[in-house]
Amino acid sequence: MNIHEYQGKEILRSYGVAVPNGKVAYSVEEAVEAAKSLGTDVTVVKAQIHAGGRGKAGGVKVAKSLEEVRTYADDILGKTLVTHQTGPEGKEVKRLLIEEGCDIKSEYYIGLVVDRATDRVVMMGSEEGGTEIEEVAEKTPEKIFKEVVDPVVGLMPYQARRLAFNINIPKELVREAVKFMMGLYQVFVDKDCSIAEINPLVTTGDGKVMALDAKLNFDSNALFRQKAVLEYRDLDEEDPKEIEASKFDLSYISLDGNIGCMVNGAGLAMATMDIIKHYNGDPANFLDVGGGATKEKVTEAFKIILSDEDVKGIYVNIFGGIMKCDVIAEGVVAATKEVGLNIPLVVRLEGTNVDLGKKILKESGLDITAADSMADGAEKIVSLVKA
Amino acid sequence: MSILINKDTKVIVQGITGATGLFHTKQAVEYGTNIVGGVTPGKGGTEVEGIPVFDTVSDAVAKTGANASVIYVPPPFAADAIMEAADAGVELVITITEGIPVTDMIKVKRYLEGKDTRLIGPNCPGVITPEECKIGIMPGYIHKKGHVGVVSRSGTLTYEAVHQLSTEGIGQSTAVGIGGDPVNGTNFIDTLKLFNEDPDTYAVIMIGEIGGTAEEEAAEWIKANMKKPVVGFIGGQTAPPGKRMGHAGAIISGGKGTAAEKIKTLQSCGVEVAETPAVMGETLIKVLKETGLYEQCVTHK
Repeated sequence: MNIHEYQGKEILRSYGVAVPNGKVAYSVEEAVEAAKSLGTDVTVVKAQIHAGGRGKAGGVKVAKSLEEVRTYADDILGKTLVTHQTGPEGKEVKRLLIEEGCDIKSEYYIGLVVDRATDRVVMMGSEEGGTEIEEVAEKTPEKIFKEVVDPVVGLMPYQARRLAFNINIPKELVREAVKFMMGLYQVFVDKDCSIAEINPLVTTGDGKVMALDAKLNFDSNALFRQKAVLEYRDLDEEDPKEIEASKFDLSYISLDGNIGCMVNGAGLAMATMDIIKHYNGDPANFLDVGGGATKEKVTEAFKIILSDEDVKGIYVNIFGGIMKCDVIAEGVVAATKEVGLNIPLVVRLEGTNVDLGKKILKESGLDITAADSMADGAEKIVSLVKA
Repeated sequence: MSILINKDTKVIVQGITGATGLFHTKQAVEYGTNIVGGVTPGKGGTEVEGIPVFDTVSDAVAKTGANASVIYVPPPFAADAIMEAADAGVELVITITEGIPVTDMIKVKRYLEGKDTRLIGPNCPGVITPEECKIGIMPGYIHKKGHVGVVSRSGTLTYEAVHQLSTEGIGQSTAVGIGGDPVNGTNFIDTLKLFNEDPDTYAVIMIGEIGGTAEEEAAEWIKANMKKPVVGFIGGQTAPPGKRMGHAGAIISGGKGTAAEKIKTLQSCGVEVAETPAVMGETLIKVLKETGLYEQCVTHK
């Protein structure tokens, strides 16, 4: 789960991690009020969307007067920002962060991730602040320093110190930087983050070390114990179909193509997208109905797939293991009748009671194309959609 | 022969009285798995399906001599259950539970350091040695006894591969689901090592997916050490970056963990990669024929 920058900064502030003073604004008036109450000479108006690259897309402006705050807020609010992370359709700005400007001396990068190679949390740092870390890793990998954290003791001050020296934080500010890093690590573990990225971390003219930006992502598996984090969820930033799917415990990801897929199991669901592509079709989604595909789940899955106007055909690919094919076939038939399907539907069933399942589909009187194998089904749906 | 489990494996079920645990315990018993006990705190002294239930894992191990455990405990309590099994000295702990927080798994991995317990999973279908022992949620009947090892990050895709093999008369020595989480117990290399040393395994199918670099590391290991042919498949060639594709670990982040990169590395290390999931079995058969192992691997008509 992602949250907004201003929300991330709220969390950081509550852990004593230095961030600039700022306030969220939902309207131009609120933005001006916020700037007034900050009372600084320079104010930064920042678009709040769940995507990076806002600055380059015109979503971050520095205002030198309240009039400028008004102008920029009016300009950015309601605007659709297109960045390299939003996709070509972009994202509409509905919230702004109004923040005090600060006297930046230098920019750095600090990030925490779960490192799959070591099965540990790793803190990364670089003096190439403001640049994407992937780019730094590619061009100047020697400028990235890492500290692997032992979960028994957590990040130790010597590690934070070493990282601070390695990325050339000025000596007199190392103590501040260590405090920052220790706090950030505590946020990461306490809040079950999957990524905590501060880019840039800045040193200022008045001797502060603080987070100019903050990107916190959270482990979806841990949200059951992170009620406060869940409060920050902004449904405007998520795909409505993905929200609907999550209510029914369906794993759904929206894609650009026109062939809707319904599959059991994440691996098979991914592989089904791949095989559709292999036969020159384009999958409209990833959808895993899970191990227990009941009639209700199949019906909901159909509804979600059909709510995508681009979908011109549906491919159901089920390997019935513990789940019996006849039960799934009944679910597909009932769901098809309920939603009144009028686009091609190809069903491939394999596994327990497969013959009975195929019989149910055939005798349903519905226009369902049966497939003998995964490849056969993919070929059939691609040709039906193109016809 | 086989790896990890066989007809002599004595299994306890942690979370045996929950709906999922009970259902799959019945299925396993029916398959012939030697389930010697179950653990549900507070229900010690009772029985389910004629299987004794204990309050603690150490109690269960002391009374039954179990050497393997399967965990169906819900995600908030699963990490604790794994550590309890390790503390009781259980050699093999297979965790089916999906949805364990990653920070919990980091602690589990640290806890297991220096202990003799091998963890499989979490978020996996389990392990099966056909016609001997089934620990997990896979449909038993699609598997046939034989000489091909299967190792995979995905459940249904494993069934797909096994089904393709069984249909062609190619039996399996053991099928291992290592799970779809970013931090897991046993990885591809650990499993490949076991298959390499198992005299009854003649070839291996390895099924990977997007996310992380476990497949690339396995590919390098295969090139340097593997004495038997390995055929691969990677799911998620069309997956968009930055999206979690069902499995917690199936995500391309920062341009890393793409299917294209994995396939390239596997191929450069001499692993034949099936072009589509529909030809995993076919690809293996082709390789078996090229290496003269086909006849020995056909175990069923």
